[in-house]
Amino acid sequence: METKNIIIVGVGGQGSLLASKILGHLLLNEGFDVKVSEVHGMSQRGGSVITYVRFGDKVYSPVVDKGQADFIVSFEILETARWLSYLKAGGQIVTNTQQIDPMPVITGAAEYPQQLVEKIRAQGIKIDAMDCLTLAREAGSQKAVNIVLLGRLSHYFDISEEAWQNSLKANVPAKFLEINQRAFELGKTFAS
Amino acid sequence: MKELMLGNKALARGLWEAGVKFVSSYPGTPSTEITEEAVKFDDIYCEWAPNEKVAMESAFGASLAGKRAFCGQKHVGLNVAADPLFTLSYTGVNAGLVVVVADDAGMHSSQNEQDSRHYAIAAKVPMLEPSDSAEALNFAKLAYEISEQFDTPVIIKMCTRVAHSQSVVETGERVEHAKAYEKNIAKYVMMPGNAKRRHPIVEERTRKLIDYAETTPINRVELAGNELGIITSSTCYQYVKEVFGETASVLKLGMINPLPAELIKKFAAQVKRLVVVEELDAVIETHVKSLGLQVEGSNLLPRIDEFSQNLIAQAFGKKTAAGVTIEDAIPPRPPVMCAGCPHRGLFYSLKKRKCTVLGDIGCYTLGAVPPLSTIELTLCMGASIGATHGFNKMLGKDSEGKTVAVIGDSTFMHSGMTGLANVAYNQSNSTVIILDNSITGMTGHQQNPSTGLNIKGDPAGKIDLEALCRAMGIERVRVVDPYDLKACDTAIKEELAAAEPSVIISRRPCALLKTVKHKPPLYVDADKCIGCKSCMKIGCPAISMKDGKAVVDATQCVGCGVCSQLCPKKAFASTKEA
Repeated sequence: METKNIIIVGVGGQGSLLASKILGHLLLNEGFDVKVSEVHGMSQRGGSVITYVRFGDKVYSPVVDKGQADFIVSFEILETARWLSYLKAGGQIVTNTQQIDPMPVITGAAEYPQQLVEKIRAQGIKIDAMDCLTLAREAGSQKAVNIVLLGRLSHYFDISEEAWQNSLKANVPAKFLEINQRAFELGKTFAS
Repeated sequence: MKELMLGNKALARGLWEAGVKFVSSYPGTPSTEITEEAVKFDDIYCEWAPNEKVAMESAFGASLAGKRAFCGQKHVGLNVAADPLFTLSYTGVNAGLVVVVADDAGMHSSQNEQDSRHYAIAAKVPMLEPSDSAEALNFAKLAYEISEQFDTPVIIKMCTRVAHSQSVVETGERVEHAKAYEKNIAKYVMMPGNAKRRHPIVEERTRKLIDYAETTPINRVELAGNELGIITSSTCYQYVKEVFGETASVLKLGMINPLPAELIKKFAAQVKRLVVVEELDAVIETHVKSLGLQVEGSNLLPRIDEFSQNLIAQAFGKKTAAGVTIEDAIPPRPPVMCAGCPHRGLFYSLKKRKCTVLGDIGCYTLGAVPPLSTIELTLCMGASIGATHGFNKMLGKDSEGKTVAVIGDSTFMHSGMTGLANVAYNQSNSTVIILDNSITGMTGHQQNPSTGLNIKGDPAGKIDLEALCRAMGIERVRVVDPYDLKACDTAIKEELAAAEPSVIISRRPCALLKTVKHKPPLYVDADKCIGCKSCMKIGCPAISMKDGKAVVDATQCVGCGVCSQLCPKKAFASTKEA
């Protein structure tokens, strides 16, 4: 199988490390070679962050480059736009529509661009735009945004529900499992 | 068992399997997790040392005692530990001693992107360079064999993309190793007479290590045609394989000092075109050229920043996909001080007083970015105090009344104390502010000698910062709460006005610490808010303007109340009282 590429983007501190952990666990169990590359340190302080997940028969590079991502999973819509050039032609975006103002917008030095989902869609790009924060709260915790996104991503994978559930169980604390299972289902069944 | 493992965790696993007994490190991205993972193994003693030099000396002490030992640091940390390293090359070791240096090409979290391979060459010690997690684990074990076989410390060079990438490893079991300590003055006392006799041993060792490098399986040739041959190592090997697959021959170097001259010559003879692909400096390329071989590298590839598969593909004239963009300008999202960060109030006070702020290494470096834009210097660990001393000595009264050094608690313990000793001894009228957030923040919350807890979070020795500063001869030492803007302003004003050196300890724990209890978030009473933007001057990520009024993001706000002290209309209120 040709190597598949996922990038997970967002704002430092939003919980992308757990999402990549669950994905890595799942894909390894499915028998793939897997590489996941993360960023630690300075950029975690509210900066723009990107995590790379690659899987296939044999994976070499741990990073995904421009024009190579089969999937962009995004925690914030400005970040979706920032990393858009990483999407492969025909690739799929799964994004949260939440807006988090970066400091240049807060200080008034820059404007937050509007109608980003529409503008991306106008390029002929496949994008599932979800208010994940609301869905996560509906599931029981606003921290479950990452699991809502994974639930939607699972819709595009030929991997059994049972395998996804096992990876959820293995990576989230037992007391939050039910909330996360609900969040996963809400994402999975989201009507785009 | 097969597992997906972070490079740093895999390296820690390798330490455990190699029978390592002692780990001492100072945290630094991207090396920190090695020690954080090693401490999870009960049969390894682990500690955070005050700095890398102490860590390396302590690790050597353990090696001398006959136990396999380790210290890990980032690239700039090795600058601090360079002093013991260069002479450890002469003394050699007793039980194996392995040192990790983690480079940060691309400067994800560093002040420079120096290439640590020069240290291995200069100190004449072997250096291994893994290209993924499996190699990180296996090279760690191999490094101890080399260390003991050749009587030398061994450096393992990591980089951000190996340290912070997860890939598949197969784990093994731990094998214990121990030796006895034997007194040996000629080997371990490096006074000139003895060192003169050790230096030829070092040179002979390098000759033997070259022979080892010629045949070790971690330097391997992957032949695939004779058109193009690429010499590479580390994460660059992965990018090269990604681009060329089985269409180019590769000499993959796992040991990059010393280099195997004969193997390189033999490989060069098998290909028509020879290229070295290496990040940062042309270390391998220069060596290959010194062998009289025709080689490319620097003519194709940049000598700055990290590489990627696209960068290498383009260097070889291959097409890459550009990807789609939209027309809108995307505002940058630089890292910022967190909501509730105790540094914010202090920096606001310094800005208000128009202070010249010479900074240091830590989260508070973010005091240099808008809207605070307060820090005017960031150089290296501890430099704030030394630089302030020299600055004040030269400018005298013109600067003494407005210049401050700011340094974190952990950085002060690392190498700020000696700077303060200089202020006290050579009597500059300098003001030093210790930003005591009771943790090493930027690297992800490690304990240090002033927190009273050890690496496991258990009670440990605690250095009293006030008593320490006074013992050095600084008589004016005071503590302020950075959430209290008025108290900060008064302290800064009075200490800058004083005609003698002083230390202000700005004390409040990091807002991200789990032990810190937060107040309920604030909200803005829109009827009271006049849209004056006074609260925006502190650059809090939880406050923004919507329709001419300030609003607070309740998911981020921790109720620190710094913003409300700036509001002329008292428009901020606690959601608890609402």
